[in-house]
Amino acid sequence: MQSKLVIRFLTVLLFFFSFGLIAQDHSNKEPLVSHEKHEGTPEQISLKAKIKESINHHLLDSHDFIFFSDSETGKHYGFSLPVILWDQEAGLQLFSSSKFHYGEEVAENNGNYYTLYHNKVYKTDAEGTITLDDHHHPTQAKPLDFSITKSVLMILVTGILMLLAFVGMAKSFKKGPIVTGAGRFLEPIILYIRDEIAIPNIGEKKHGKYMPYLLTVFFFVWFLNLFGLTPLGVNVTGNVTVTFALAIITFIITQVSGNANYWKHIFWMPGVPVPMKIILAPIELLGVIIKPFALMIRLYANIMAGHIVLMSLIGLIFVFQNWIGSSLTFVLSFAISLIELLVALLQAYIFTMLSALYFGFAVEEHDEAH
Amino acid sequence: MESVILDPEALNLIGAGLVVIGAGIGIGRIGGSAMDAIARQPEAYGKIQTAMLIAAALIEGIGFAALFAV
Repeated sequence: MQSKLVIRFLTVLLFFFSFGLIAQDHSNKEPLVSHEKHEGTPEQISLKAKIKESINHHLLDSHDFIFFSDSETGKHYGFSLPVILWDQEAGLQLFSSSKFHYGEEVAENNGNYYTLYHNKVYKTDAEGTITLDDHHHPTQAKPLDFSITKSVLMILVTGILMLLAFVGMAKSFKKGPIVTGAGRFLEPIILYIRDEIAIPNIGEKKHGKYMPYLLTVFFFVWFLNLFGLTPLGVNVTGNVTVTFALAIITFIITQVSGNANYWKHIFWMPGVPVPMKIILAPIELLGVIIKPFALMIRLYANIMAGHIVLMSLIGLIFVFQNWIGSSLTFVLSFAISLIELLVALLQAYIFTMLSALYFGFAVEEHDEAH
Repeated sequence: MESVILDPEALNLIGAGLVVIGAGIGIGRIGGSAMDAIARQPEAYGKIQTAMLIAAALIEGIGFAALFAV
């Protein structure tokens, strides 16, 4: 019994830390429409450029946590996060991202120089030269980046928040059958997930094994979506690496728990004539890959698009310089942010429900559905 | 004239518009049949609303493919 507990604890720890390792976003693509051909006064164009830049800064991950910055004085209010690099030649490097000075300077640590280019860390020399090849990609060596970035920090914060909330709730059951405190809000949600999502899809007998994962992923996605809507300026689930990690875990759990009936339905579906079986097998195999892929894209695109729309509308408030335009845009952006609250919950629910559906397919016995 | 019509930039945007039209039609039909179902049986409002939201979210997931065209 003791070793089983230790194994479970280590698995949970690995689960949380694996998120931390995979969660940084190294994409430097600009998801906004950037082919603008607008004419405007120079102040207008630079205002739009500033808005776009601040939207991009919100959407991308960064190595320091800036709450807001003053563009006139150039001062940034926030704190720096640790940078953890594994350089192939020089080994483990550990320093604070304040050495980067918000991407402007070259950081020096133990005689090695690193610089930020488009939010990625590259190894360079003392002047910070970046050599670009024909496709404007840097040709420098890039150390493996295990830093605690803004997204990773928010994931850890969410994990700790969930631990506190749910362990506290579990402890309050020792005093009696009725939950006290914040558990009163969480208990109906947990029961809903068990009774409406897990049991109808996976079945009464086997849903218990999958409930921890479903509960975790629901609250994880929901809380991270909600954090994205706060003025903190974090964007975790709108980050394709985070959703990829979640989708991969769902994928691994479905494949590992697939029984013979599941594989039979994929490769040699019973109840259809043989030519159809041969046609269906590659399509079903493709479906095995595409279903988690769609999970990833759905969550990523919904949250990312919501953030882009909301930030653009807020930026539009500043483009209209008169009272009527700004106030109407403010009302519109308020309404859109209410919709985004709904989308935060809905996307968490959809992710959990589809995961439960896939688990149900994997463990379905032959005599149940057909 | 020919470069205006066949400009790949414009075709991208037209494709994105088609995706949005498709998503709009799909979700509109779901909403419409949900309304009909609720009118027939008002006591099943909760279940119908849940099913409608699920279907709408799935269709909207495809609609975001439009973002890749831009």
